[in-house]
Amino acid sequence: MKAKVLKVDYLARVEGEGGLYVKIRNNSVSEVKLNIFEPPRFFEAFLRGRRFDEAPDITARICGICPVAYQMSAVHAMEDAFGIKVAGQLRSLRRLIYCGEWIESHALHVYMLHAPDFLGFPDAIQMARDHADVVQRGLRLKKAGNEIVRLVGGREIHPINVRVGGFYKVPTQRELAPLAEQLKWARDAALETVRWVARLPFPEFTQDYLFVALRHPEEYPFNEGRLVSNRGLDIAIADYDSYFLEEHVQHSNALHSTLKNAGAYFVGPLARYSLNFDRLPPSVQQAAKEAGLDSVCRNPFQSIIVRSLEILYACEEALRIIEQYEPPPAKAELQPRAGTGYGCTEAPRGILYHRYKVGEDGAILDAKIVPPTSQNQKAIELDIADFVRKYLALPSDELQWKCEQAIRNYDPCISCATHFLKLELDNEG
Amino acid sequence: MDDCGIVSRTSPKPGLVARDLCVMANQAVLVIGVGTRYRKDDAAGLTVAEGLRTRLSAEVTLVEHEGEGVALMERLQGWQAAILIDAMSSGARRGTIRRFEAKTHPLPAAIFRHSSHALSVADAIELGRALERLPQHLVVFGIEGGDFGAGMPLSPEVESSVPEVVRRVLEEIRTIQEGPQ
Repeated sequence: MKAKVLKVDYLARVEGEGGLYVKIRNNSVSEVKLNIFEPPRFFEAFLRGRRFDEAPDITARICGICPVAYQMSAVHAMEDAFGIKVAGQLRSLRRLIYCGEWIESHALHVYMLHAPDFLGFPDAIQMARDHADVVQRGLRLKKAGNEIVRLVGGREIHPINVRVGGFYKVPTQRELAPLAEQLKWARDAALETVRWVARLPFPEFTQDYLFVALRHPEEYPFNEGRLVSNRGLDIAIADYDSYFLEEHVQHSNALHSTLKNAGAYFVGPLARYSLNFDRLPPSVQQAAKEAGLDSVCRNPFQSIIVRSLEILYACEEALRIIEQYEPPPAKAELQPRAGTGYGCTEAPRGILYHRYKVGEDGAILDAKIVPPTSQNQKAIELDIADFVRKYLALPSDELQWKCEQAIRNYDPCISCATHFLKLELDNEG
Repeated sequence: MDDCGIVSRTSPKPGLVARDLCVMANQAVLVIGVGTRYRKDDAAGLTVAEGLRTRLSAEVTLVEHEGEGVALMERLQGWQAAILIDAMSSGARRGTIRRFEAKTHPLPAAIFRHSSHALSVADAIELGRALERLPQHLVVFGIEGGDFGAGMPLSPEVESSVPEVVRRVLEEIRTIQEGPQ
């Protein structure tokens, strides 16, 4: 009987903290448990009794990497409750700030968190010593995203300019002009990034995922659309709770999400891309083809290519929005009323669902927040189980590294969803 | 508006941005309180920043930062002198204060692990060192935390160390501004 134990006390290069336990008996994987701690539960309680207009700023505090996603899901849910729709240039500005968040979040992951795995470095610091120019390009790309968030959101981290109905203040054309200059550089750098990551070595590993993402009639999705899957799901955001379940599992503080009657599903760049390839502009589709990708990508290790393609898309989309921009009134008229509102937007890591019940006086009576990393927990566990099964013959340290890399494929935002990630591979025969 | 919520910024000339300050005055000092507001003792650095808010001279820029490593490294870039305050987890008694000369010695990474981010404060400093972006003078004050769970406020032992760290940061600023004796 062969025994194998893989254990990592602290999983590096993920956002936040959590744990993974893998049990191997008789050369087969008998148990995989991802164990994460989930602040959104604390925030759901914290929101009760607060005014509706505090939700965007309070929920933005859940995550320093994707505050815009929390703000966007919150404002759309509130606007849904009040029966208003933000359109025109205000809507475009929301797409613009989301472009900024995708660029900064994806650039951070591609260059600083994921690339070291493929190049054999333990971390970005070691990589920076040998590839300073590459790291500098990644940092400058990230900065281009930060600048969008700073300008439209009022500041880079925890932006304060977003409100239900629109913004507190909208930028002038002149204020946006310098962004366009940086974005032209960033667009070229993003294309170089796609070409660079396409050359990395990828393990042979494809999965038959159930992808779930937003789909919009015309656009690659940020804020709006229907929830669709590659197996026929096509529902309004308001029907989320009728189709998706959250269940408590003993080994995790975070609730596990499943699609009713279907089980684990996958959200994030791979799902978005595979369900919306036809919504990407020809230039990005072309870059994908040159990078060796089809219109569907099922190898999670290649998510680094898909993230790079999404950076390219976000740069192009941001430039398009800036070129067509004319300052609108900062806020649509709205009248709070009692009701329930639903919002789901595409955070860098996948769909982020918010639901609020609001009273007559505009106070929040109930809140529900489902972050993308919680939804991916089961998919991560299945990936690890299948990966370990396939590569069990690898030496333990290499297998452990690959397992960590397999988790990092998801860019798990554990500050949204977890506490200390420890990886433990237990193989005692 | 700055990147991470500057809570006090005064400049000697109207129109100057924070980055210009470090170019025009040797004594310009950046003070960064690092932490997460809703993670109990992790807010120690932010609480020290609050205590400093009304007590700083015009040359000092005070920033609250939630600790994402890359953003933090970029925030430090271009300054000649910076002081950083963060919660730590070394196994010492809660509220214990430690001072580190981060320019000359790497921070003990394991005790500044209480970042909710992929790159911690220690990583930010090492990344800055690898890319030659660190300030000439960089001091880090660590305050030992005990409870980093979701919620507020600080533990009483950590809270009671805050005035002492405020005092030591002010003393550090004076030393930097007076220059080597």
